Amino acid sequence: MTPTAPNATPLVEIKDLSAGYNNEMVLRDINLTVEPDNFIGLIGPNGGGKTTLFKVILGLLQPHKGTIKVMGMAPEKGRQHIGYVPQFTYYDSDFPIRARDVVRMGRLGPKHLFKPYTAEDDRVVEECLERVHLTDKGNAPLRELSGGQRQRIYIARALASEPELLLLDEPTNSVDVEASAQIYELLHEINLQGVTILLISHDLNVISSYVKTIGCLNRTLHYHGEKEITEDMIQAGYNCPVELIAHGLPHRVLAKHEEQG
Amino acid sequence: MSGILSYGFMQNALAAGVLVSLACGVIGTLVVLKRMVFISSGVAHTAYGGIGMAFYFGVNPMLGALTFSLGASLLMGYTQRKTRQRPDTLIGVMWAIGMAIGIIFTDLTPGYKPDLMSYLFGSILAVTRADLWMMLVVDLIVIGITILFFKEFQATAFDEAFARTRNVPVDLLYVILVTMIGLAVVMLMRVVGLIMIIALLTIPAAIGALFLKSMGKIMWLATGLSLVFTIGGLLLSYAFNLTSGATIILVAGAAYLIALLAQKLCKRCPDE
Repeated sequence: MTPTAPNATPLVEIKDLSAGYNNEMVLRDINLTVEPDNFIGLIGPNGGGKTTLFKVILGLLQPHKGTIKVMGMAPEKGRQHIGYVPQFTYYDSDFPIRARDVVRMGRLGPKHLFKPYTAEDDRVVEECLERVHLTDKGNAPLRELSGGQRQRIYIARALASEPELLLLDEPTNSVDVEASAQIYELLHEINLQGVTILLISHDLNVISSYVKTIGCLNRTLHYHGEKEITEDMIQAGYNCPVELIAHGLPHRVLAKHEEQG
Repeated sequence: MSGILSYGFMQNALAAGVLVSLACGVIGTLVVLKRMVFISSGVAHTAYGGIGMAFYFGVNPMLGALTFSLGASLLMGYTQRKTRQRPDTLIGVMWAIGMAIGIIFTDLTPGYKPDLMSYLFGSILAVTRADLWMMLVVDLIVIGITILFFKEFQATAFDEAFARTRNVPVDLLYVILVTMIGLAVVMLMRVVGLIMIIALLTIPAAIGALFLKSMGKIMWLATGLSLVFTIGGLLLSYAFNLTSGATIILVAGAAYLIALLAQKLCKRCPDE
């Protein structure tokens, strides 16, 4: 694991944060620090506030309480350094657009208003297509790509923003096992290239061995920057699916019992 | 065929068809892809309230329509985006109230008044030179704005949340688009009527979206189709002595049904 300078600015710093809609608090007392080069997997049940957490980090939802800083700035400003990969069932899957044009959206921003895309933009777009191994699909209509390919195009779009941090919301949702493995392989490469990753999923099966640290989110967050899910996390009632932790993974994320260790 | 072109009103009608097709092809593509068909119809119908009130108070009906449609555009746009009420319900209510206001004020106006039908279906055969110039100006504004914000409109139509995270001024763009719809609706209403605006905003772009894979191409095809429907409908209405607006709409509607069937039959139509 890449050592991090102790005084490096955290990419995301969340303190005592509560957030929700109307009067319903979806997130309570969240504390989370995302350090550079980390690859964090957060698991939790649907309705546990995973997407809400992302909305807060992206400045799309104001917290009720607590503070949030992205790259030491307000989220509305700091989010330009974030590459966002939304859950893709969210899209109109029939939208008429070519894969390359989706990736190009990662280049958008206030500075690009009134200006056409530049040769530099095109270079970055091609590079991102290459990074997700879909150079040959650039001209393909999005709706003719498979679920896994489409997800990789959304990852390329996020990379086109040249982000410090990648946020992925259920990246392997509605993707088959093989495509899912490819996506994790890809995220691993991207992480090695120096991009920090924070991903959330309801399915522990997808939290593969590439994740550096792991946490549980079910309205409150249980995350200690560790690689394993500790027993007290489960005992604290975070709804982590224990049988999956024990059997469904290529390596052990459940802490060994005292007597074994 | 050469006979009907010798009529001045027919030449104007054809020119109007070209200009309307341009505006409808471009805006219609945005409306269809951004799923704003209902709100556009709402704006178009609410504008009738302004026409009725303008008659009553003796001002230019276009001024009334413009005020109402811009007001409705902004109000409905705001409703669509900001309220937690069901936006389609509120838009439906505004739509109905707008039309009712138009009818009541027209009733209250003494003396001569044009009937509702001429606003619903327009009178493309009565287009004047001045109308044509005005439509040209509307076209230039619409096309100019679309070229200026093309990539941003595309991004917000595709995935607004992502565009927002890139700090694209999503709300401002929405206001611009909705205002543009309101403006175009009023300018085109006198010429082709409310119903035909809705038909030409939606049908050609919807056909394009069935087969093509980029927003720009759909705009071109929608403009072309719109022109074909308008001219085809005009010729048919001339040949069979039918109402021109309604004939154009039926031609477009028939084409849409055929396109839907065709698309179901060949699920993967190449467009290269």
